[in-house]
Amino acid sequence: MGGTLLLDIIIGGLILGGLYALIAVGLGLQYGVARVLNVSHGEFIMLGAFATYSLYTSFGINPLVSLVISGPIVFGLGFLIHRTLFQHLRKSSESMAAFEGTSILASFGLLFIIQNIALLSWGSDIKGYTYLAGTVDFGGAIYAQNRLLAFLFAIIIGLAFYFFLARTRFGKAIRAAAQDVDTAQLMGVNIHRMLGLCFGLGALMAALAGCLISMMFEITPLMGLPYSIIAIIAVVLGGLGNILGSLLGGLILGLVGNIVMYIHPGLSLIAYYMIFLLLILVRPTGILGK
Amino acid sequence: MSSTNNPAPKWLFPLVLSFIIIILAAVIPRFLPPYTIISLNDIFMYIVLTVSWAVFSGPTRYISLASAAFFGIGIYVSAVLGNVLPFLAAIALGGLASFLLALLVGLSSLRLRGMYFTIFTFGLSELIRHSVLWWEVNITRTVGRLVVSVDNITVYYAMLTIVLLTLAMAYFIKNSKYGLALLAIGESEEATDHIGVNVNALKILAFAMSAVFMGAAGATMATRWTYIDPSIAFNPLFSFMPVLMAIFGGVHRIYGQIIGATALTLLADMLLTKFPYYYNLLYGIILVAVILFLPQGLAGLRERMSKWRKHVLVK
Repeated sequence: MGGTLLLDIIIGGLILGGLYALIAVGLGLQYGVARVLNVSHGEFIMLGAFATYSLYTSFGINPLVSLVISGPIVFGLGFLIHRTLFQHLRKSSESMAAFEGTSILASFGLLFIIQNIALLSWGSDIKGYTYLAGTVDFGGAIYAQNRLLAFLFAIIIGLAFYFFLARTRFGKAIRAAAQDVDTAQLMGVNIHRMLGLCFGLGALMAALAGCLISMMFEITPLMGLPYSIIAIIAVVLGGLGNILGSLLGGLILGLVGNIVMYIHPGLSLIAYYMIFLLLILVRPTGILGK
Repeated sequence: MSSTNNPAPKWLFPLVLSFIIIILAAVIPRFLPPYTIISLNDIFMYIVLTVSWAVFSGPTRYISLASAAFFGIGIYVSAVLGNVLPFLAAIALGGLASFLLALLVGLSSLRLRGMYFTIFTFGLSELIRHSVLWWEVNITRTVGRLVVSVDNITVYYAMLTIVLLTLAMAYFIKNSKYGLALLAIGESEEATDHIGVNVNALKILAFAMSAVFMGAAGATMATRWTYIDPSIAFNPLFSFMPVLMAIFGGVHRIYGQIIGATALTLLADMLLTKFPYYYNLLYGIILVAVILFLPQGLAGLRERMSKWRKHVLVK
């Protein structure tokens, strides 16, 4: 029995971790490369979740298909926001530190705007739908099909993104900019377009995660902030500007969260904060940072 | 044109002006309807939060998002001890608790720079909020508390006193050698250290001083809300609003901070009564617009205007 419980916790943690990794990689692009500590990251997750919910309940569109519909829209939205708001702030700020400060405030304003538009259009009730709620027996431990599917998709998206980063020209440009924006610019990277695309990609990842989340959990327009915070913690955990680190940070956080959840359900968010504060004090560069 | 031979000293005008304002503010509540006094209390609260925040974060450029923690600690001290202690003692204890918490935060976050400091302070406020909530749900099994209420006029005078003390502290720190050292830290911390300033002690002390009146204001305002819970007391808005108000008015001018806090509180009041459904949405839009178009604040705008005027006149 003990072995089953352990397996249960680990697999549950990996499922949660896969989701967190997706969210964290999205924020990793926005914060690590574009230098915007986007507190409204969770709102894009919420948007993705509600888009999936509405498409499924009103038009009967399969949640996996809605990935293809809502993803590009949110990507465009993210790109546009960076182009209009953050790029302007970046140009007018006297230093990078000043930009980081004002951009966190601006993203807090964005959080307010997006959250309240969602509240006005969807109401504040908790919503949910059932999709693939059947179960799978997995070595004695039982899982809902939708969770396994979400995990599978998190892995596929993660792998696709990894190859995009590692193998394409654009991915190379992103990695260069994550190391040193100015030098990347000197090497001919169109930095403003690149940062806009990074921000849009981050929003896209959030929307995809939101779609997967809506299959497994109930959703509300207020669900965003805790996910933003989890993402921030995972990114710092992995090391700033290190995309692989963000992925690892998300996985670790999911595992820890699931273990703590078994000890006491209400404590997981507190546990995240404790890890986070200790980490910042002891090793602010993250586990993979230099 | 009016280059008189014996101009009045520079400090005379603000001194007379503030004297008149103090007298007016002390006498006014006798002639005002209760509603106006309530919104004046709100304005006072945000002036205390904004000016206090700017005492440390203005010159040093360390953006702190821990205001909600300091304010909330004050609220909780007053809620827990309000029925055993007199009002004044609760306020003093609220300030003290806040001071001690800030000392602790300052000590533990000494090595953090820039963004790390900001995230740390934000995470800390959220940790406190969730821990208190968890404690109430699982240990005491009652979420939220009732606070012994105090009448509006008393709260008004208490807040007015706290505002004046805050302004006095901000003014004296700003115009002392410590204020200059804090500014130097904002320019270059290493250089300031090498000149011989005890950077760490100064940073911690300024940070703790800036928390005192936030806690006192929290302890005072708690009596007005009658019911509080962790989400009210440690609302992250109390961390973000002071930053926004300071930026809106102008971070480097005390009068700018006062104007910023007053204007945005009034604006929030107006939006809340006129557009209750769109209030938060409009506020978000204003937040973004302020950051986008007024990065130096209203005080900066005035300076820009006068520079522009000079430029035109010279030509």
